[in-house]
Amino acid sequence: KIAVTIDDDLYEELEEILVMADIGFDTTVDIIDRLKKKIKEEKVNEPSEVKPCLRRVIIEMLEEDTVEIEEEFPKVLLIIGINGAGKTTSIGKIASRYKESGKKVLLAAGDTFRAAAIDQLEVWANRAEVDLVKHKEGADPGAVIFDAISAGKSRGSDILICDTAGRLHNKKNLMKELAKINKIVESEFIGAQKETYLVLDATTGQNAVSQAKEFMETSKIDGIILTKLDGTAKGGIVISIKNTLNIPVKYIGVGEGIEDLQEFDASEFVNALFD
Amino acid sequence: MAFEGLASKLQEAMKKLKGKGKLTEKDIKMAMREVKLALLEADVNFKVVKNFVKTVGEKCTGSEVMESLTPGQQVVKIVNDELSSLMGDESKEINLKANGISVIMLVGLQGAGKTTMGGKLATHLRKNNKRPLLVACDIYRPAAIKQLQVVGKSIDVPVFSMGDKVNPVDIAKAGIEHAKANDNNVVIIDTAGRLHIDEELMQELKDVKECVEPDEILLVVDSMTGQDAVNVATTFDELLNIDGVVLTKLDGDTRGGAALSIKAMTGKPIKFAGIGEKLNDLEVFHPDRMASRILGM
Ligand SMILES: Nc1nc2c(ncn2[C@@H]2O[C@H](COP(=O)(O)OP(=O)(O)OP(=O)(O)O)[C@@H](O)[C@H]2O)c(=O)[nH]1
Ligand SMILES: Nc1nc2c(ncn2[C@@H]2O[C@H](COP(=O)(O)OP(=O)(O)OP(=O)(O)O)[C@@H](O)[C@H]2O)c(=O)[nH]1
Ligand SMILES: [K+]
Ligand SMILES: [Mg+2]
Ligand SMILES: [Mg+2]
Repeated sequence: KIAVTIDDDLYEELEEILVMADIGFDTTVDIIDRLKKKIKEEKVNEPSEVKPCLRRVIIEMLEEDTVEIEEEFPKVLLIIGINGAGKTTSIGKIASRYKESGKKVLLAAGDTFRAAAIDQLEVWANRAEVDLVKHKEGADPGAVIFDAISAGKSRGSDILICDTAGRLHNKKNLMKELAKINKIVESEFIGAQKETYLVLDATTGQNAVSQAKEFMETSKIDGIILTKLDGTAKGGIVISIKNTLNIPVKYIGVGEGIEDLQEFDASEFVNALFD
Repeated sequence: MAFEGLASKLQEAMKKLKGKGKLTEKDIKMAMREVKLALLEADVNFKVVKNFVKTVGEKCTGSEVMESLTPGQQVVKIVNDELSSLMGDESKEINLKANGISVIMLVGLQGAGKTTMGGKLATHLRKNNKRPLLVACDIYRPAAIKQLQVVGKSIDVPVFSMGDKVNPVDIAKAGIEHAKANDNNVVIIDTAGRLHIDEELMQELKDVKECVEPDEILLVVDSMTGQDAVNVATTFDELLNIDGVVLTKLDGDTRGGAALSIKAMTGKPIKFAGIGEKLNDLEVFHPDRMASRILGM
């Protein structure tokens, strides 16, 4: 069905696409408003021109107010997020990327809670051929991070990537633990560039906004890793998060293999919304 | 309450109607818009929401409501009743054989909570005097077998594995033989997470199913899933004819609209809810409570 005029039916059709992509209703309304304005400004009157215009609106939304920071080494990356989002897997992939680009990489097995989480990260460390600092299951995660920082300094690592246990954002005590880990990174590795990435599963709906908000309370979040985009979910919630909390997407996960990580590309992402 | 937003939104809309006396069609349209927004905010699938709002709207326009003295309350009641009836009103048990070995198979997307659920179900069944065996059929994910072994050890439930070089179909079959030989009467098969669009891996599940004829195939779904829940559930159901659904991570603050979408689209009951990371954090699923949670009422 091809729309013949730019009317409410067409807008409704677009609204449906956006909501079905998990963008959420409020942001969808925001996008449609911006679209209407743009259509007026650019004097668009062909229905076939509307979708390209909509694409530009969303790309702008994803790219506006984003400050690019120059990457510096040594660097510490703290990877956080709720249970099962894809933290450990993403760390394996990122480690491999840095390793390939010639950096000396160290991983910290900061999830001492989940069954076999340390073994899982160790498999990834071996795959990426990078070093790992680990304690026993049940150990204090803060102590692991502390030791990893010392090891990173003495071994001259360029980048230390810290895994953390999955935790739901509404669990006060677990969020406190995370804040503590964050503090250790900040106070112990002075001189290192520090970034924190929040890992979000692309199949997540509106709850992701709540996740981002709560995790922001424990530490500044520099970027999102949006995983599992190889499925049929569109991951539109990151548009809502960008729009309301101004957190940009850094990487996307597109599979379970070590190569299945890409730098986020707003225009490719937006094109996929309409597939 | 965590889902205050939803509750207050709906209540706000209904308050406008309450005490208004008779309703006009415009009032109902306005109320239905609020219902629609609330359900979308709760992650109920857009198509399910559309149908729901249509049905409820029609019921509300019925003369009984229009002439009722408290039409606002009547609308609230219709919304609630309709949602409850969609969710179903009874808790549903899992299928187990009275005698012999029952087989439960856990399937779902990556990271949904299958392996943990295996441990939870084993704990639950043992309380009911069953002798469960966990079978490790995830040969792909790094340390998946080790994870199941750690889970099994922590609850003192045996785990059968053949490493990651043997085909899951053969592992499942051997697992059942192992159960026979060791007097276990429930076999819980943990499978690797997979995408519903991964044909090869979906075929693998079909092969396991054909080989071991499970009494219960449970689709494990993360309760935070958004609009895609429908695609996932319908595809798994079409290929495997699942017996039920398990919702995980309900200890979060998600409204869990995926539950409604899945029930509406597949008709399959939700049987259990995971409410934490520990292996006794399992509840029998109560559809009526879920309806209230989604509505925030
Ligand atoms: N298809 C797909 N699967 C992924 C992707 N990223 C991770 N996974 C899978 O998702 C599951 C969970 O990944 P993990 O890396 O263990 O997630 P986590 O956040 O570390 O989980 P916890 O530590 O338990 O909180 C695993 O089965 C991964 O293989 C992705 O981009 N695509
Ligand atoms: N808070 C909470 N966490 C849960 C629940 N169920 C599972 N988890 C956590 O979710 C993460 C993923 O659980 P798994 O059991 O490994 O999930 P899976 O489906 O087997 O994952 P794959 O095998 O990688 O596909 C782990 O960190 C679990 O501890 C739950 O009900 N509540
Ligand atoms: K996708
Ligand atoms: Mg992990
Ligand atoms: Mg598993």
